Amino acid sequence: MSVTTTQTITETPTFVEAPLDGRVPSGPIETLWERTKFEMKLVNPSNRRKFKIIIVGSGLAGASAAATLGEQGYNIECYCYQDSPRRAHSVAAQGGINAAKNYRNDGDSVYRLFYDTVKGGDFRAREANVYRLAEVSNAIIDQCVAQGVPFAREYGGMLDNRSFGGAQVSRTFYARGQTGQQLLLGAYQALARQIAAGTVKMFTRTEMLDLIVINGRARGIVVRDMRTGEITPRLADVVVLATGGYSNVFYLSTNAKGCNGTAIWRAYKRGAYFANPCFTQIHPTCIPPVGEHQSKLTLMSESLRNDGRIWVPRQPGDTRPPDQIPENERYYYLEEMYPSYGNLSPRDISSRAAKRMVDSGRGVGPLRNGVYLDFADAIKRLGEKVIRDRYGNLFDMYENITGENAYKTPMRIYPAPHYTMGGLWVDYYLMSNIPGLFVIGEANFSDHGANRLGASALMQGLADGYFILPATLPNYIASTKLEKVTEDADAVKEAVDNVKRITERLMNVKGEKSVDHYHRELGKIMWEYCGMSRTAEGLQKALQLIPELEAEFWENVRVTGSANELNQELEKAGRLVDYFELGKLMCLDALNRNESCGGHFREEYQTPDGEALRNDEEYAYVAAWQYAGDDAMPILHKEPLKFEYVKLTTRSYK
Amino acid sequence: MRLKLRIWRQKNAQSEGRFVEYNLDGVSEDSSFLEMLDLLNQQLIDRNEEPVHFDHDCREGICGMCGLMINGIAHGPKAAVTTCQLHMREFKDGDTITIEPWRAKAFPVIKDLVVDRSAFDRIIQAGGYISVSTGQAPEANVIPVPKTQADRAMDAAACIGCGACVAACPNGSAMLFTAAKLAHLNSLPQGQPERYDRAVLMVNQMDAEGFGGCTNIGECEAVCPKEISLDFIAMMNRDLLVANLLGKGRR
Repeated sequence: MSVTTTQTITETPTFVEAPLDGRVPSGPIETLWERTKFEMKLVNPSNRRKFKIIIVGSGLAGASAAATLGEQGYNIECYCYQDSPRRAHSVAAQGGINAAKNYRNDGDSVYRLFYDTVKGGDFRAREANVYRLAEVSNAIIDQCVAQGVPFAREYGGMLDNRSFGGAQVSRTFYARGQTGQQLLLGAYQALARQIAAGTVKMFTRTEMLDLIVINGRARGIVVRDMRTGEITPRLADVVVLATGGYSNVFYLSTNAKGCNGTAIWRAYKRGAYFANPCFTQIHPTCIPPVGEHQSKLTLMSESLRNDGRIWVPRQPGDTRPPDQIPENERYYYLEEMYPSYGNLSPRDISSRAAKRMVDSGRGVGPLRNGVYLDFADAIKRLGEKVIRDRYGNLFDMYENITGENAYKTPMRIYPAPHYTMGGLWVDYYLMSNIPGLFVIGEANFSDHGANRLGASALMQGLADGYFILPATLPNYIASTKLEKVTEDADAVKEAVDNVKRITERLMNVKGEKSVDHYHRELGKIMWEYCGMSRTAEGLQKALQLIPELEAEFWENVRVTGSANELNQELEKAGRLVDYFELGKLMCLDALNRNESCGGHFREEYQTPDGEALRNDEEYAYVAAWQYAGDDAMPILHKEPLKFEYVKLTTRSYK
Repeated sequence: MRLKLRIWRQKNAQSEGRFVEYNLDGVSEDSSFLEMLDLLNQQLIDRNEEPVHFDHDCREGICGMCGLMINGIAHGPKAAVTTCQLHMREFKDGDTITIEPWRAKAFPVIKDLVVDRSAFDRIIQAGGYISVSTGQAPEANVIPVPKTQADRAMDAAACIGCGACVAACPNGSAMLFTAAKLAHLNSLPQGQPERYDRAVLMVNQMDAEGFGGCTNIGECEAVCPKEISLDFIAMMNRDLLVANLLGKGRR
């Protein structure tokens, strides 16, 4: 891996004229998936065990896929970097999971969930995929209930629902504030059953560090055993990446510390297209940072916005404590600006509004870097007990972290990086442009367009893992002649050598500054120039600063210990190497997209009242980037997006 | 804050461990316990020494990856929090803090404060699931679950599998962990068909992993970050008794 030196960004990326084909079958969207399922080829039950499938990642998408394909009879190997598949970061999702059950009889339907998701994504998702997601959403709830996921119930024993941002129906299923945990445990237990049955071999504390491509097909991965440092190739017939998102490029995010973009990035460097890298979600309700020691940011579930009211002092610079600011001097800005959705406005819109408040001098808290989320009215209306039942664990967590009691004084919140809509490009069948490489869950560029609605990540991860991949992956196996591959293949040796080379190089820098030092610095650049709002000038600047920092890293980083043992510094260093490169691609993509849409806000493109201004004429496409060498500009492929069902309109929540 | 830390250092599973003392200055009261260790590690790296290895991931109290014995108490002095959610305002300037890994026969040390908890996964694999393959599920509201039952299942299902219960138990027992999963699944109508087999199979695996027995001391409940109730152990014992009478657990 060579060091990229400072590039001039004046050149525009070369793009390929031929449109990228998402391979969406033709026909009416309502029956497309049913028909496709019938038309796809199957693998005979007795033949399935002959095919080996590698699944990297054990979160909602990975664990559900491994369990389901194991149940079907395939020979699965599943890898995760944690000490147990139960720890994957899906576990931390708090609020809930959407489904179009219409149990509330409030006008919901598959079509409405589809519509809300396309609109919520600011018209930058593929319609056919989103429709399919809405269509399988109900089966996910059925499956999870059968597994014993203890969803909230009403006294009659039926399932309860609540509302989430960007929807006017109540379609979110939840298990207290621990929905992600309970859904993950459901998938983990299904996985455990298959491990016991011998269909799945589980490898924990094992990290994927390269993809093996033989004759144009994904045929394996290179892994490092994190306990011993041993680097080995693992071969298979199909490789599935379910490795989550890359929000940790910002250093401070709501992701777990170990979440990383290494698997998808190294697949990108083997030829997989990376789609819409600049589409990142900044979640509006997180606890504001308090100081230099900060190692991560903590999310306070969006569900809190069902009962909490967001406000700041109307007068900039007002430093009075919240209880001394009278009602008429409080600015409930979401309720005033977006009366139809109010405090449940979508995430991108709520986040930017919070930024505007803080930037205009109305920020609250000791560092003036937050806004209030106030439960006083809800407590007055419903009583403290009801609020405690609904959100008790979140209030406790808030108190642990801040030392403040949110039953008595308003919470302080501020936006933080949370989710990445961008990821590896996949077609309708969830396969990347490299045959045999499938990408599911947050790791793909997915169904959320430029902004994901709350409670939709769990839905998508499980839709991909339980229902979509287990239907499309067999079709690939059944319609492909898979030659036998061995570890002697040149591509295998080359991939193993590549991993060893990167490892050695990191160990041999022997500089003076820690990995975390560089990661923090990268995070500051990304947050400043490629965060909640972006400009061409700022992005150009980031594209100069990142390579400078990266070059300094390769000169002066200190990775302690040795490569042949558990070495957390080495693990972090390897991930940071990829974040430098991924950060550059994010900036390049943000610079290329001369419009504002969803989570991507370019200051140059806004309406007079500060809302995102899309440019459908020129940018209604998926930007899929192809690696062209460390020192070369990547090549841009465009997948045009057609909207035949949901009319392209300005997204309004007023 | 200025602290004196006594930390267990152990190169790997084969080598002997020992306590090493460190003086740490400039700790913010607002930082978490793990951020305090980050600060120590930053200083160790600056001195070209190897940082202290410890497991952690989500740092929001839900993944179950972190877990340290802090002054002899699993997850430290504050009730109902994980190590990552413990904040330094719980300590005083000048304190000496002793930090050890989970100590249990079934959790061998990998390095420093990192231990191997894969025994927990094998207990779940022995029967901690409802056998329903993808696609077999009936419509979700077909089986009503009374709210009280669903709530009890959720109380038990809140377990994060951190292992504090084992570390705190003088017998190194995994009864609370095992009982929590049994109570979660055995409280629900969906869990009934495998109820008694599940109890026997999981408890057998727990014994095979080298965890000790329960003598009703209650240390596990006291340190559990998710406040899992000791009552679930009673429920497990009842299910085991019935299972034995019925001759279950031989699949």
